[in-house]
Amino acid sequence: MATMSSPLRVCRGILKELRVMQGPSYKESLAYSYVMDQFRKNKVTGERYCRAQQEAHHDSHTYLCLLESTRNHLYLHNLYHSKGERSQEEAAGLVGLRLPTQPGGKGWEK
Amino acid sequence: MFRNLVRLHSQFGNALSISKVCPRGQHFGSAFKYSTATAERKKFYQDVSISQGEGGVYEINLDRRKLKTPGGKLFAVPNEALAIAVATEWDAQRDTLKFYTMHMTTLCNTALDNPTDRDKDQMISAALKYLETDTVCYRVDEPYGLVELQKNEWDPALHWIENRYNVTIGASSSILGPEIPEATKETFRQHLNSYNFWSLTGLEFVITQLKSVVLAMAMIDRHLNVEQAVLLSRLEEEYQIRQWGNVEWAHDYDMYELRARTAAGTLFVHLSSESSTVKRKLMQD
Repeated sequence: MATMSSPLRVCRGILKELRVMQGPSYKESLAYSYVMDQFRKNKVTGERYCRAQQEAHHDSHTYLCLLESTRNHLYLHNLYHSKGERSQEEAAGLVGLRLPTQPGGKGWEK
Repeated sequence: MFRNLVRLHSQFGNALSISKVCPRGQHFGSAFKYSTATAERKKFYQDVSISQGEGGVYEINLDRRKLKTPGGKLFAVPNEALAIAVATEWDAQRDTLKFYTMHMTTLCNTALDNPTDRDKDQMISAALKYLETDTVCYRVDEPYGLVELQKNEWDPALHWIENRYNVTIGASSSILGPEIPEATKETFRQHLNSYNFWSLTGLEFVITQLKSVVLAMAMIDRHLNVEQAVLLSRLEEEYQIRQWGNVEWAHDYDMYELRARTAAGTLFVHLSSESSTVKRKLMQD
């Protein structure tokens, strides 16, 4: 894919995801130090086609995809699928009714 | 001693049985199992860190307790990157623990526990079974737009893998699927045998998610990236979406879930099968 294929963009993407995930203190996290370390280590290479560099680039892209997709998946899940069923009070309240109350408690309780 | 107990109860809430209470609070016996009676588990830790255990394996610490797999074993991974990925997943949880977002953790647990007790050969056979009904080989005859799309998108991947592994896999539009020659299966079997058990767990997971051996191998060999592989796996759905429109709560939801799982599986395979050393070259001038 032509978009997002440069290592710089992938690195910035990963950092953005970490920032969203962990808040302002993301720079002290383990993942941040490891990712920055890996990017710096693989930046300089002597060969024109360095396989380790290509592999690291692919892995970084994969990790970015993982972070981004889990975030989006969770977002969509919370948006559409997390509400569950209504309680009895809410269901009755949909049509303007209230649940009956029995001051002495129902016979079979306790 | 009693103070410890009270603190534990307020942390864990309800429905957890703590078998052993160590007065110093360092390691707990089988403190947390993943399946409990309650629907949701609250986040019971503040910090996540990793530490190195004996044998060069890395362990995850939640506050001061060591993470354990659902089977009760100590959670130990062979390399640091995997441990960091798992720690990041646990760190990303807020309020409640959502295990369906922790894909790397799940994969590590499966590899460590091996709940269905399978060995390498069984896993390889299960993975190769997908070859007979591989998505990329299963073509339709109509509608014409889809036929064209399949030819343009899937044929390059098929040719690539045929060249890479020197095998023949045909595409077929019959209901029985393509006829895979025995030699092809042997080649793949030998290739898959070269991966270790952990990588094979991840690889089989990816194949199951994408429903295609061809796409999984193309991704593991870094010919495709995750988004491309998922797109090719869902080609017919994408075609229908283009025609009839996208439904966010179904299509996008499924796509992101598939992407997350596939990315996790691929990363798991790569991290479990590679080993890196740093060689410094001296600059000579």
